[in-house]
Amino acid sequence: MSLTLGHFLTLGAMLFALSVVGIFLNRRNLIVLLMAIELMLLAVNMNFVAFSYYLGDMHGQVFVFFILTVAAAESAIGLAILVLLFRNKSNINVEELNALKG
Amino acid sequence: MDIRTGLFYLFSVVLLFAAFRVITARNPVYAALFLVLTFFQAAGVWLLLRAEFLAISLVLVYVGAVMVLFLFVVMMLDINVDALRAGFWKHFPLAATVGALIALEMAAVLMGGFRPTEEPRTLQAVTAANQAGVQYSNTKELGRLLYTEYLYPLEIAAVILLVAIVAAIALTLRQRKDTKHTNPSEQVRVRARDRLQIIQVPPSRPAQPEPAPVAAAAVETKA
Repeated sequence: MSLTLGHFLTLGAMLFALSVVGIFLNRRNLIVLLMAIELMLLAVNMNFVAFSYYLGDMHGQVFVFFILTVAAAESAIGLAILVLLFRNKSNINVEELNALKG
Repeated sequence: MDIRTGLFYLFSVVLLFAAFRVITARNPVYAALFLVLTFFQAAGVWLLLRAEFLAISLVLVYVGAVMVLFLFVVMMLDINVDALRAGFWKHFPLAATVGALIALEMAAVLMGGFRPTEEPRTLQAVTAANQAGVQYSNTKELGRLLYTEYLYPLEIAAVILLVAIVAAIALTLRQRKDTKHTNPSEQVRVRARDRLQIIQVPPSRPAQPEPAPVAAAAVETKA
């Protein structure tokens, strides 16, 4: 039994579903929410790399490269906002983020 | 079952376990460390898919930079974990429903109409390299694509990284109230009349008598 594209896509799908569950479970903890987003991006990248290999197309890997770039920028800014939030509110509870409520 | 399949299952099982521990770990530090393990396993899976450069950069960039950033932040903040964990299992039924729904839908797509290609198609670059008698290099091919076809997107990605640097610093920078800093432009612009006050002293004032104890002390030291 050799590996098919379906194996890798199934792995990506399971990882994605797991990270969605993580977002639901940790809806108060902003740090773990950011980690779950990283997991989601990893699942998407897994699909890109798998398609790139099985379709013989290099462009998928270039896309993964760009996704890694944007994900690094996103997590850096997210963590900066997190630090700012902790400085102002002394906790990182998402449910207390209601200062912008109209 | 060849060794590639075995390695794939090993990496997948560890990856899914580590991802599960990321979302259920009590301590955010453990969650970050399990995320590191997850990225390592993903790098292993990508190596199986012949994406060597991306696997290495995943380890270097993600484990080396982003996860260290996560660990810094997690350890810097004094988080009350118990308050954040309150009602953790309350959302579990909804979460499990949504997760199972996503997994089932993906499985339906993958098992049903979607026909995955059985055999990996060889990259054009691989055959070209084989014909030329040189070894195929994933990094070289990726770099060729990035710097020719994707040059402008690459520049945009660089600008995005620059914006992220500036934004992260600008967000967390704060002016401390107790610093004794100088303002050079004010220092240069200052005029003599701002600092110096000339007092008109009346010339016909009687001389003040010298303070006696000081004079006596001077005499004593001389003697």
